[in-house]
Amino acid sequence: MKRSSDFNELATRSGEWMRGTGPESDIVVSSRIRLARNLADFPFIKRCSDEDRVSIERTVRAKMEQFANWDEVHYYDLEQLPEIDRQFLVERQLVSREIAEADGARGVAVSADEHFSVMVNEEDHLRIQVMHSGLDLKTAWNQINELDDLLESAILYAFNSEFGYLTSCPTNVGTGLRVSVMLHLPALVITRQIEKVFRSMQRINVTVRGLYGEGSQYSGDFYQVSNQITLGRSETELVELVGGDVVPRIIEYERKARDYLVKEGQQDLHDDVSRALGILGTAKKISSEETMHYLSKVRLGVNLGLIDDLAVGTINKLFMQTQPAHLQKLHGRLLRSSERNVERATYLQRHLSDAFES
Amino acid sequence: MKCQYCEKPATFHITEITESTGSQVMHLCEEHAKGFLQKEEADPVASIASALAKQLDLGQTKKELEELDRKACPVCGISFFEFRNTGRLGCPFDYTHFAADLLPLMTNIHDSIQHVGKRPKKTAAADSQAVIIQLRREMEEAVEREDYERASEIRDELRRMEQAEEGMGDS
Ligand SMILES: [Zn+2]
Ligand SMILES: [Zn+2]
Repeated sequence: MKRSSDFNELATRSGEWMRGTGPESDIVVSSRIRLARNLADFPFIKRCSDEDRVSIERTVRAKMEQFANWDEVHYYDLEQLPEIDRQFLVERQLVSREIAEADGARGVAVSADEHFSVMVNEEDHLRIQVMHSGLDLKTAWNQINELDDLLESAILYAFNSEFGYLTSCPTNVGTGLRVSVMLHLPALVITRQIEKVFRSMQRINVTVRGLYGEGSQYSGDFYQVSNQITLGRSETELVELVGGDVVPRIIEYERKARDYLVKEGQQDLHDDVSRALGILGTAKKISSEETMHYLSKVRLGVNLGLIDDLAVGTINKLFMQTQPAHLQKLHGRLLRSSERNVERATYLQRHLSDAFES
Repeated sequence: MKCQYCEKPATFHITEITESTGSQVMHLCEEHAKGFLQKEEADPVASIASALAKQLDLGQTKKELEELDRKACPVCGISFFEFRNTGRLGCPFDYTHFAADLLPLMTNIHDSIQHVGKRPKKTAAADSQAVIIQLRREMEEAVEREDYERASEIRDELRRMEQAEEGMGDS
């Protein structure tokens, strides 16, 4: 593992999990699993003194530095990193907003391909995360299970046989496992079925959250489904609940809605998608909400074959790189909100015209 | 409309559906919306509060809950009241000290009180780890009241315990 504070290389790439590949990637953006773990001989974060936090960060970092095959893992000291860089890591979903905005000793280890990250001193001492493109929870589970074994070989975890892995918040206790799948569901939103679909899921221990169209001028049509309970079911059962049961059902509803749109409203849809692409390609300034709204339509258009010359991976990359910290990193200096809107429009214009010319 | 968490305009309107709180619309600014979307769990304070409210319905009297609020962990010092207000426990020993009090909460949140699944290959007795946490806290308190003699006694004791532990790990 090497300590790092340089993001120039990261900024130009999109994360591996944003490639737009993997099973069901026309609907499923990413599959993520995280594990919450704590050291047995320290209080939980909220009760830690500053010295405790320093000791935990030092201990864990020293152990990780000794892992074989971790040469390409980067460690970022979040206490030292400027705010813009921390926000950049948040936008890439490598760290949580909580740890980015917290105080005191804390850090994150990130694999070169950005498939995994290990946050140190988040709400729990360790938050291990693995992320893959498309619906690929089995790969994610195997990888995170191995990572957990590796960390466990070096660190004594807080665990008891009754409540399992002990966490700062009882909502995470037991497996400490949270499975989250990010879905793009524009057709269910357009056909106004989205709320009905999610209401039908209310009783089955999953949480759904998303950018929702109603009351908002623009919507991105992205929804996240995750398991609500963590105790009393095994890791593989929880992975199966989300990845084998709930998500496939939502995918089926979205596909039906897409078929319906293609059959019944092809012309309207094509018009909508083309206009969205037109606005993204010609606007002189554009907010991040508007960008998300139109990129969502373009993403649907690409997946339905209404736009030929763009790849889903390109759209995903645009979603990521038009966010504030990414724009500023790429531009090389801090920008005010109004400047960002201009820079965002310029960026979109350049990349969309590239896509058409190539 | 303003963001629920700050003064910026709310440009994102997020619907969250969970079993405990039902469907809920949040009005957030761009920054808070992004943070909210990336957080994968529902607000723990809300779900713990609603679980405790259910316990009240189930016959636990207000007086019993008030007594429980005053109960504190001997290792980290957190009171049940503090836990209830923040949704966060203070140390691993809380799961032992408050075990009986946490059971109804666990049933409400997880519909279970027994871990199933992965187990670490090595575990240590919760008590010995709790002693380490407690001694470290006592040492910091001794330093604070400038009782350096006591602090260094505790430091030696801690070293002995940590060495004993390392030795056990190697065997
Ligand atoms: Zn806000
Ligand atoms: Zn405690």
